[in-house]
Amino acid sequence: MVIDDLTEIADKERAARKRYTIRCCMAAGCMSSNSKGVKEALEDAVNQAGLQQMVEVRGVGCMKLCCQGPLVQIDSATAGATFALESNEVGPLYQKVTPEDANSLVSTLKGGQTPVQRGDPRHPFFSAQLSIVLANSGFIDPERIESYITAEGYQALHDVLRELTPKDLIERIIKSGLRGRGGAGYPTGLKWATVGKAASQQKYVICNADEGDPGAFMDRSVLESDPHSVLEGMAIAAYAVGANQGFIYVRAEYPLAIARLHAAIKQAKKYGLLGSGIFESPFNFNIDLRIGAGAFVCGEETALMASVEGKRGTPRPRPPFPAESGLYNSPTLINNVETFANVAPIVRKGAEWFAGIGTEKSKGTKVFALAGKITNTGLIEVPMGTALRKIVEEMGGGAPDGGKIKAVQTGGPSGGCIPAEELDTPVDYDSLTKLGSIMGSGGMIVMDETTKMVDVARFFMEFCMDESCGKCVPCRAGTAQMHQLLNKILAGNATTRDLQKLEELCYMVKNTSLCGLGQTAPNPVLSTLRFFRKEYTDLLMPDAFGPRPNAVNGTGHAAAGRNLAPTEGVPSSGK
Amino acid sequence: MSNAPSLPTETKPAPAPVEKIKVRVDGKEVEVPKTTPDPLSGRPLPTTMIQACNAARVDVPHYCYHPKLPVAGNCRMCLVEFGTAAVGQDRKPVLNPDGTSKISKSPRPAIACATPVSPGMEIYTNTPAVKQMREGVLEFLLINHPLDCPICDQAGECKLQEYSVEYGKSESRFVEPKVHKPKHVDLGPRIVLDDERCILCTRCIRFTKDVVGDDALGIVNRGSYNTLTAYPGKQFDNNYTLNTVDICPVGALTSKDFRFQMRVWFLKETKSLCTSCATGCNIIIGSREEKVYRYEPRENDAVNSSWMCDSGRLNYKWIGRADRLAKLQGPGSSAIGWSAALKEISEKLKQAAKGSTALIASARQTNEELYLLGKLAVKLGAMTDSVPRPGEADKLLLNADRNPNSLGARLTGISADPMGSNLPKIAEAIKSGRIKTLIVFGEDVTELGMSPDLLGMLQTLIVSDILPNATTRLAHYLLPGCAHAEKRGTFTQTKGRVQRFMKAVEPPGDARPEWEFLHELILNTTGQDGYASIEGLFNQMAGEVPAFKDLSWAGLGDSGVSIPI
Ligand SMILES: Cc1cc2nc3c(=O)[nH]c(=O)nc-3n(C[C@H](O)[C@H](O)[C@H](O)COP(=O)(O)O)c2cc1C
Ligand code: SF4
Ligand code: SF4
Ligand code: FES
Repeated sequence: MVIDDLTEIADKERAARKRYTIRCCMAAGCMSSNSKGVKEALEDAVNQAGLQQMVEVRGVGCMKLCCQGPLVQIDSATAGATFALESNEVGPLYQKVTPEDANSLVSTLKGGQTPVQRGDPRHPFFSAQLSIVLANSGFIDPERIESYITAEGYQALHDVLRELTPKDLIERIIKSGLRGRGGAGYPTGLKWATVGKAASQQKYVICNADEGDPGAFMDRSVLESDPHSVLEGMAIAAYAVGANQGFIYVRAEYPLAIARLHAAIKQAKKYGLLGSGIFESPFNFNIDLRIGAGAFVCGEETALMASVEGKRGTPRPRPPFPAESGLYNSPTLINNVETFANVAPIVRKGAEWFAGIGTEKSKGTKVFALAGKITNTGLIEVPMGTALRKIVEEMGGGAPDGGKIKAVQTGGPSGGCIPAEELDTPVDYDSLTKLGSIMGSGGMIVMDETTKMVDVARFFMEFCMDESCGKCVPCRAGTAQMHQLLNKILAGNATTRDLQKLEELCYMVKNTSLCGLGQTAPNPVLSTLRFFRKEYTDLLMPDAFGPRPNAVNGTGHAAAGRNLAPTEGVPSSGK
Repeated sequence: MSNAPSLPTETKPAPAPVEKIKVRVDGKEVEVPKTTPDPLSGRPLPTTMIQACNAARVDVPHYCYHPKLPVAGNCRMCLVEFGTAAVGQDRKPVLNPDGTSKISKSPRPAIACATPVSPGMEIYTNTPAVKQMREGVLEFLLINHPLDCPICDQAGECKLQEYSVEYGKSESRFVEPKVHKPKHVDLGPRIVLDDERCILCTRCIRFTKDVVGDDALGIVNRGSYNTLTAYPGKQFDNNYTLNTVDICPVGALTSKDFRFQMRVWFLKETKSLCTSCATGCNIIIGSREEKVYRYEPRENDAVNSSWMCDSGRLNYKWIGRADRLAKLQGPGSSAIGWSAALKEISEKLKQAAKGSTALIASARQTNEELYLLGKLAVKLGAMTDSVPRPGEADKLLLNADRNPNSLGARLTGISADPMGSNLPKIAEAIKSGRIKTLIVFGEDVTELGMSPDLLGMLQTLIVSDILPNATTRLAHYLLPGCAHAEKRGTFTQTKGRVQRFMKAVEPPGDARPEWEFLHELILNTTGQDGYASIEGLFNQMAGEVPAFKDLSWAGLGDSGVSIPI
């Protein structure tokens, strides 16, 4: 494979483009409401209408407004353009399509009418998005490498192998300001540099696709919609750090993502874009899949590596960090799916372009899975620093049925609840941390007035308790104790002393646990206590030995816990 | 982590001197090496806070850390606060106005067992926050602990008890139900597990996997349902399982052999050696009222690290056997006193023609005894030998040579080369009538080609032993001797380490330490006086036997001295 071969593939694809493209979402969300049936019905309808020469029915990745699926969009081509996004000719977006709608949809190509509900592609939900990671999502066919190549795929890999030394490449990533999208936001370029510097014959690159936060599906969508962007990012990273073997650790609950990754790896190998002597350079790189077995903690990097090695997936203390001694004791680069998906665009368009998006310390965009009590649920990609209010009110359309937004939860079980008063907060790593939450991997759950915050805290605590690997004492015993105390409070059987105990435990578990799971498990409790303390104290019963509930004010945690409180706002997600 | 069993070996070339760094522990300055060898691979690893605290003699409580095992970092008991030397933008240390370097205190505590030290680091083990964390961890550990100390074998040696007194709160704040788990799990032929007592420190798992190379134990289930178990369908049955009982910080693992036998605080502890093979593992004998209850390994990095094998550990019951030889016997099994017997024997030996005596000594005897027997043999012009005891070796400790002192037998000149090669010659010489007197120590020669009929041809058969056998039944003089637990002495183990052992219990009946009566016998026979104390005897031997040159009883200390071999 040389660059001309890439161009040839793209040219052939363009030449073969038909007048109309009916894009039908084939990501897991829409597929769960029978988009496969819709696609087959559309193909039949096209055949029946004798339009095969004019119309392509294309299965694509996530089209973002998942709550309205199955989604179908019909574009008309201008000469030479392969994708609607190249030609700005995005057609109408049809929502909640059923197979029975196929004939009427196809009839619109010949001036017919369809009763199918139409969405507005110019709604802020779409127009306020800025797509880097999801640029191809919903447009290309994720099951065909040619489709990715036509969208400039593997161009970046070619260019770094031809034009950049690993050092220059890492310099470029550092300059872009890209930070890890897996939760903690560690600067990606610095991580690469550390692995690059490690002296070892054998190094590994791992893609963390374990995505375990309840309600999060950003990584799944990227893998289902544009798997090659992750493979290309990994290959570029491998070249930068000097690795020749990669693993993608993907959770077993994502069968579609796994199937598409398998297919993508096979196609890339066939074209020589993975394997030995890539682009006729001395660079060799292979990728294998490893399937998780349903443990949230296996998303933690050291537990993940133990799991890849076939061991029980439990974290281990760091140092040594994976960058020094990781998989099979070799230096290992581990990044999140979305982090890798940002890499090829940065290489193609330049570090300056990327650094021009976002805020001073948080560059680029972030993908969020918008869910909960909100009108438009789905996948959004916005520039870092976008105000929370813009996301939930303008793009998300606010709470449904005229409800009022009470809080937004970010960062899943490691994060916190941001109250409605703080909705003007820009969404970036540091602002969220300041509010006692975290960016996390991108789950964003909107809550309305009907939501009980103590219940929310208990939900996440229960999740952490169930998912605690049990290796270290504070998390093993502490999550269970905190969960029991929350139950007691919710049952109305708790006193102020119980609440005090709960707070003490929060700091104790936060400060003494081994890995990020335990260290952040108390965050949902602490953040709801910070902003919604009254919801706790209202549930307390009078205490014969202590002060009455109304004596508890919101001035912070109980005295005995003070020694354990962090002295500054440390983002303690253990990354 | 490699699965290969490994122990530090002494023979490696001395590593290059390691760079030293200075740190402060609770205000006290100590200097520690920048790296410390990994206990398993010997690879240099960054020196950790807990190692620095040890060097400063500051105790940091811990459960999962064990100096001979890979670090797990799961119990969180060793959390400390710390600060590091602040570095400015110019990468130079920032100084306080008084010229000392500025310390920036870490906002988070760190586990001392896994966190490397850095130059100028300050470690605080005693702050209110540290105390509170320890209390918290202890409290968590006690939530699911059954608190059945009155019937627990570990009571008295339990770190949970110990730390609760030192670091715990007086009352538990939690009344929530305990998680119930299996109380009596048969892990293997020698080990019983109480899962409710287990604090999941994983020491036992790491030991069997990383030291023994038998990946037999593991944890199943998540969170507070974590349960220690043997691999499904597999027995925990290697030759080192009982070491896990020693390293278990609580009473979760118990030895079927020792269970409910004795409360540990009644046991007298005596430094001794295992005699079951040539490795010579250092042990502690636990005894009470002249009865041995258990062996436990005693740390010696030049020999056995902190371990010993199960077969050696359990090989102590013969010491207290009811049929121990306890009666001194003269001809015709007649009762006789020591001085009369030794006099009669020495008379016979003096009369014996030079070269008409043979001497078979055991390589289970001490260096001193073999040395004395050697002197006797020289005087008598006796052919000598001892008896090889071959077995199978393993990769960890067990040696193929099941004699504890084969090397001693060789160095004192008692054993033929190869050991045992003189035995047929001695049998032949008895048959031909050339040998008329045979002295046997601690071996049953009827199993070595000398049938009772052949022994019947002898004029005099002098036997010393501990337990009865076919040879002792034919003896004209039967001198009851001592188990090693009943006397003092030294062995030379397989790599040439000369090690002492001490007396734990009194011998039965007439039995006396062999070196003691040999000293008398030699005096009677040769007129040469020796030492009536083991210290003097050893030092005398060191002066005469070239291999033991420069050694002294006192100089051997508790862990012995290696001689070139
Ligand atoms: C309990 C726990 C779960 C985690 N789960 C994930 C996950 O599902 N996906 C992910 O990318 N990172 C996860 N992480 C973060 C990883 O440990 C690691 O920091 C990340 O993969 C690094 O990639 P990045 O630098 O690209 O963000 C998790 C961390 C913890 C403590
Ligand atoms: S903090 Fe929780 S999940 Fe992490 S190691 Fe400890 S027990 Fe396991
Ligand atoms: S049985 Fe003992 S050594 Fe093994 S994990 Fe439990 S407490 Fe630790
Ligand atoms: S001793 Fe257990 S964590 Fe350090």
